[in-house]
Formats: sequence, C-alpha cells, structure tokens
Amino acid sequence: MTSDAARNIWILGGTSAIAQAYARRKAVQGCKILLIGHNEDHLKANAADLAARGGTAAIEALDLAGEVDRAAAVDKFIAQHGFPDEVLVAYGILGDQQRALTDLAHAADIIDVNYTSVALWLLALLARRDPAKALTLAVIGSVAGDRGRGSNFIYGSAKGGLDRFLEGLAHANAGTPLHVLRIKPGFVDTPMTAAMKKGGPLWATPDRIAADIDKAVAARAAVVYTPWFWRWIMLVIRLLPRFLFNRLKI
Amino acid sequence: MTTPDSEIEPWGRVFKAPHTITTPVFLSDVGAALTGARRTTLALGCARSYGDVCLNGGGELVRMTALDRLIAADWDNGVVRAEAGLMLDALLCVAVPKGWFLPVTPGTKFVTLGGAVANDVHGKNHEHAGTIGCHVRRIGLARSSGEVVELSGNDNAELFRATIGGLGLTGVMLWVELSLKKITSVFVEVETLAISDLDHFFKLAEESVDWEHSVAWVDCLATGKGLGRGLFMRGRHSARGGLRMHGNPRLAVPFDAPPWLLNSATVSLFNLAYRHRPWTLGRRSVHYDPFFYPLDAVAGWNRLYGARGFFQHQCAVPKATAAGAVERLLRLTAEHRQGSFLVVLKLFGARKSPGLMSFPMEGATLALDLPNRGERTRRLLQAMTAAVLEAGGRVYPAKDAAMSADAFRAGYPDWKRLEALRDPKIMSDFWRRVAQ
Repeated sequence: MTSDAARNIWILGGTSAIAQAYARRKAVQGCKILLIGHNEDHLKANAADLAARGGTAAIEALDLAGEVDRAAAVDKFIAQHGFPDEVLVAYGILGDQQRALTDLAHAADIIDVNYTSVALWLLALLARRDPAKALTLAVIGSVAGDRGRGSNFIYGSAKGGLDRFLEGLAHANAGTPLHVLRIKPGFVDTPMTAAMKKGGPLWATPDRIAADIDKAVAARAAVVYTPWFWRWIMLVIRLLPRFLFNRLKI
Repeated sequence: MTTPDSEIEPWGRVFKAPHTITTPVFLSDVGAALTGARRTTLALGCARSYGDVCLNGGGELVRMTALDRLIAADWDNGVVRAEAGLMLDALLCVAVPKGWFLPVTPGTKFVTLGGAVANDVHGKNHEHAGTIGCHVRRIGLARSSGEVVELSGNDNAELFRATIGGLGLTGVMLWVELSLKKITSVFVEVETLAISDLDHFFKLAEESVDWEHSVAWVDCLATGKGLGRGLFMRGRHSARGGLRMHGNPRLAVPFDAPPWLLNSATVSLFNLAYRHRPWTLGRRSVHYDPFFYPLDAVAGWNRLYGARGFFQHQCAVPKATAAGAVERLLRLTAEHRQGSFLVVLKLFGARKSPGLMSFPMEGATLALDLPNRGERTRRLLQAMTAAVLEAGGRVYPAKDAAMSADAFRAGYPDWKRLEALRDPKIMSDFWRRVAQ
C-alpha cells in the first residue's frame, strides 16, 4: 500500500463543497489530487486554492453525468495521472422532487446523475484495476437513501440504489484490498442546499463532513454517517413501523 | 442560488432583518449577483458586526462565505491573495503552520477577510501595526456597472482608500491581498499587571511601548478613587514553543439566557472574581488562541445577553482629551449601573490607515457591552456618544446600533467622499440611518 502522504486521489465532482474541504485536508497531508468536474474555470480556482495551501493538484474538465466514453476517459486519466489509490465520488444533484413528479426529463436527470453515471464510472475504473493493489472507493451517498420518503424519494431512490450497488461491490470484494466506503451525510451547508432553511444542530459544515470522511477512509470503515448522530436518527427512521411512518410528513 | 426572506441577525441581536440572499460559489458568480440585484444589495460575511452595518433590510445580500479559496500565496514572503469570504480562522489554519500570522487581528477569528477590511479592524497591536488596512496590498472589487477593478495605493487609489473601512459600500470585494507577519512560535509571552486607577492605566500603557500587544480590562462598576481599576495585559510573540494549531470552540451557549442573568449584582461578582483570580498576575506563555480570541472559546456567547440582545459602545478619543473622556465615560456607566463584564480599554497609536473612514485615531479606545434594556440603554449610549464627540472622538460603526446621523457625520467628516464613491446599487441599514 502506498504511504498515506503520497496517495494519489481522484475526486469526481471536484468543484463540490465537500470535495474541496476534503481535498484541502488531503493536499496539506501531501497527497496528489486530481479534480474532475465539468467547469474548467471552477476547477482551476479550486486547484489554485490547493496549490496555495502547499498541495499538488491537477484538473480534468469533463461532464461526469454527460454522454462520454467512460472507458476511454478512464484510460486517459490513468495515462496522465497514474492509477489512483483512492477515489472520492462527490458529485450529485438534489433536484426538485415536485417538478420531477411531472417533468420526466428532470426525474431522469436526478436518477442518472446520482445513480447511473456514478455506477458506470466505478465499473469503468474497476475494469482497469490491478486486483492486487489497494484501492479505496469513497462515495458520497445520502441519508435520504436509507428509506423512501414522500418528500424526496426520487433523489432518495437514486442514492439508495447507489448504496445497494456499493454494498454489493464491497460484498464481492470482501477480503481483497478493495475498500468501499459508503458516506452518508445528513444536512450539509453547501450551495446544493442553498434553497433550504438552515441553522440548528442538524446542519453540518462541509469541513466537518470532510473530517469524518478522512477518518473513515483511514479506518477502512464500510459505512460512515456524518455527523455521527445520523446513524441513530436513520436507525429510528428505518425501524419505524409503517403505520407510524406513514403519518410522518418527512 | 437565491434564498428569499432569510433573516439575518448581527452579533448584537438588537436588529434583525429579512433579506433575499444570493450565495455565489465562484468569483465569477459575484458579478451577476450584483448587476442582477433587483433592489439594493450588500456583501455579507459572518454577520459578526454588532449593529446594522451588515444589514440591508428588505433588500438583497450577497453572502460571501462560500468564496473562501486562496488564489495565490507566496509563503517565502508571507503574502496571500484570498477570496474575500475566507474566514480569518481558516486563514490562520493555513498560515500558522507555515510560520505566518495575521498582521492585525480583531478579538474574534470568526470574521471574513472582506468583513475585516470593510470595517478596517484593529487589534491589540494597534500602536505597532495600525489597522488591517495598513497591510492590504491590493483589492479586487466588483462594481454594479459590471466591471471588476483592482485597487491599491497606486491604482485607483481613492477607491482603495474608500474601500478600506468603507463598510462594503463601494462594491463587492472579490479578493484581498494581504501581507502577513512572520512568527516562529504560536505562543505569546504575556504579562498581566493590576491597575489601581485610570492614571495607572495610562502610565502602564506608556511604559509598555516596546510590547507589541497590549489591552486592559476595566471593572466598570468601580467608582470614586477606584475608577478605572482592572487588569493590564501585554504580550509579544514568543520565539519558543513551535507552531501548533488552535482547535474548535470548547463550549457553546445553546439558548438565550434569561434576562435576569446579567444584572449589576452578577456583573460585580464576576468582576470581583476576575480581578482577583490569583493565577492571572505575572508572566506566562500562552497560546495565541486564548490570548487573542478568549471569547471564541464559547460559541454564541452573545446569547448570554438574552433574546433582547445587547449594544456595544466602542469609541476612539484623541490623545489630548483621552484621559478625561475615558474617565467621564466610565463614570457615566458606573452611575447608570448598566455595565457588563466586557470593558476593554487600550491605546491607539499614530500609524494611519489608508482607509478614508478608518475608525482608530491616535489616543485611546474604550469598548463596553450594555444589555439591551430599551430606552434606558439608548439614553446612556446617547450620553456616551455626546461625551465622545465633545472630546473630539468618534464611535465605531462595526459595533454601533444607536448613534444618530449627526453624531456619525461629526465623527467622520470624510463620509461624503465615501458617499460619492458608493456603488449606486449598494446600501446598508447603517448607511441609511446615518448618511441618507
């Protein structure tokens, strides 16, 4: 296994707030960071930030959720930047559930960006992997994927589907050097949630989430709820009998 | 992304106001937030100013806190260019391990760089380093005309001077280039001395010129011969101890304290205990965090003043009249028995800020918190402001929630120059109150 300081980390969704908070931590630890995302100027701004902090960061501009030849893109990234020791998947869209109920294109976007494209990127990457080498796949899901709820089940089902995918991937690779980490943040104060009413003890900063991811990667954890109390909140929500659950407007 | 009707509550909690808030994530988004504003707008940092300089009630705000990237850094010479929404806390986390510190820091690190420059903040080292504006090399400013201008002492100098301490009115600061201060240790050598009265304070302060940092805490309930008694703290960056980072707040105030918590009896008990802490006097070496930011250890300490909030009076008075003016202000608070724990007295030095509207002037500054007891408190604040103006001084907009337009204009005769350079799309509740 590569020593921690020299880890080669790819971040899919390199302009997300959680990704940047995580990249800052890993860059100052001496890791080599590759930021992948769709807006080149935004990637450049984030890479400059990492460089000014003393890190090493490269960028690849590409629409991760778009129509691309994923196998070819992965080959190109490997040729340019070397095979990663760790991949963080940090992109996704929250979407608008109300709109998606009737706007099928929007519903498809929510499902494809959050589930289909992520699963395909991981498969494309795994196809090129040397099974003897350690690799961490850290994927940001959501507590919304733990139980289908009326207020966000389209987004929730995509994140839930991704959760099953990763669970199965981890199962298939149990006992191998492949480490799959499912990250389940609760409410995070990021641009993605800008339209929501914030504040209160349930809201966390991207840096708090990044710190938890860092720890969970080091501990080779299978699942991390972040902040920690979401594990217990979601346990209760999952265990609620349906006759009670159906009365809740959540 | 735009959020309608978000209520913003500045640190003093006396004013609150609803706003439509835009939160740009990249610098390139700021222009659209500014040119696209349907009403007036204003850049918002952490809302750690006390009164209404960060409010634009009923209008729009551009929340800057997602703009927290470094743009470039020269760690050999200690120069950083950073997006204006970067918090000083976060800047310290990057700079300290590399042996650099803020050249000037206010009493909390939970403010943005842009907010610090817009209020031209000062710190315990004013006699040596002046305000933060003295260390700003360049500023990138977005104007509602759609242009982005670079400001410095040479380029667009008048706009540069109006922007430092300009309360955010000249445009939206995109980035700030700042010179840092070299340190070899995170520790500060501190000496604490008892002060018996005001004369003693001025004597100690004069004697402490070779100490980089100095500040005094005053027991505001002391009267008569004991007026001005307290503790004098002076410090200098240590050479020993290494570069260990600060941590997160250890305590938090989770809800509003009941209104009876801070009354003259509890405040005198606190003051008595604080003054007689046996471990305070003498010399020790402390981490910069408790030295510069003692209150940052308690998140949300403003809630101790209860739901009605509190005022802070902070004034600067010129050297010639300082002793008499401070005595008069302390007498006023003691008479009204409305003071609180946080009475801070320090000297301001002669170093001039480039800022047109900079608050400090060579002399002394006094800051004290007053729980909001309605009209009674406002009357005291008015009496204090009158005493300050009579002494040729002025009140600090970053802390103010009460001064009249006349008091402001008397203290800041250059306000019209700022008004002339104000971006037509930018407005604040403070500016509406004192300059319109």
